[in-house]
Amino acid sequence: MTHSDLSDVQVRVRALESALVSGGHVDPAALDALVETYEHQVGPHLGARVVARAWVDEAYRARLAEDATPAIAELGISGRQGEHMVALFNTPEVHHLVVCTLCSCYPWSVLGLPPVWYKSAPYRSRAVADPRGVLADFGVTLGPDVSVRVWDSTAEVRYLVVPMRPEGTEASGEDALAALVTRDSMIGVGTL
Amino acid sequence: MGGVHGFGPVVPEVDEPYFHAEWERSVLGLVLALGAGGKWNIDISRHARENRPPGEYLSLSYYEIWLAGLERLLDEHGPPTRVLTAEEVPAVLARGGPVDREPTRGARFAVGDAVRTLNLNPRGHTRLPRYARDKTGVVERVHGFHVFPDVNSTGTGEDPQWLYAVRFSGSELFGPDGDPTSAVSIDAFEPYLEPA
Repeated sequence: MTHSDLSDVQVRVRALESALVSGGHVDPAALDALVETYEHQVGPHLGARVVARAWVDEAYRARLAEDATPAIAELGISGRQGEHMVALFNTPEVHHLVVCTLCSCYPWSVLGLPPVWYKSAPYRSRAVADPRGVLADFGVTLGPDVSVRVWDSTAEVRYLVVPMRPEGTEASGEDALAALVTRDSMIGVGTL
Repeated sequence: MGGVHGFGPVVPEVDEPYFHAEWERSVLGLVLALGAGGKWNIDISRHARENRPPGEYLSLSYYEIWLAGLERLLDEHGPPTRVLTAEEVPAVLARGGPVDREPTRGARFAVGDAVRTLNLNPRGHTRLPRYARDKTGVVERVHGFHVFPDVNSTGTGEDPQWLYAVRFSGSELFGPDGDPTSAVSIDAFEPYLEPA
């Protein structure tokens, strides 16, 4: 046997990709553009802009609550896996948490590609049955008087959690506020 | 897999990269590029990924499932004749694939209606999670008139249906082992529901 540093799956993917490219079925430059987009351009910084705008602009917040897809598009943000958006607003009484138990549906247009844990069996199985246990895995403890609202993304609607604005940020501008917003807080597994 | 026990705790990775191996980049690119060719739709591709023995499904990583699904799609349908170019990528991604359609009839349910999910166990593709079958909940939102994955996944048409967010209490879904201070909403297509 000859030694190879390539795993079986790497070999499979290389064979598939080279066959598709040589057959003219894919444009290698398009593959590069797709990966570049999701590795470097689309990410949670986009969702953070939506959240920060909702914090500073009451009228925007109202539009985001009424119909999130056009409200998000106002900021130039749209696209695949974000065609039908709903914004969920955390309050002192209600905490929202988003999951996809069936596969890994996730609002790519505002958060980018999902992390491995979001796509994993532990998260997908427990988020609906034991959301407080899942939050504890992230170091988040909510009071017993806070109700936890879990949203299982079982269709093409994608959910963005708008976390509560941290106290003491009244003087902060929109860009500074956006920098405070974490990906996890927009999935609902983190607080700010 | 909602509600299934035994998978252990969620283990977030610190400073997680988007890709953990070069081949994962390739799989993402290939799936999106070939998917844009229009030979199959998103529901056919989900079904190609998910319709496999549970042991196999659970043993594969996310991108391994994507790869296996893509191999199956290419086996069954062949490569698309329309090839996505690099120049088209920004517009194609920005447009995405909206699934809302012009309604051809009124919605059967309204916000606040009590509904029960049917006890459906189809052999084919469905988006009604097992843990939410034969349960009573309340319509919380009317999302619109959307392509129906159960039919669209068979390649026989879009068969759009009204789509609702339906809220269930943790106790309704999971009994005394559920969390009574939590509620779970699923997005349920009208054929999954009956008046409660």
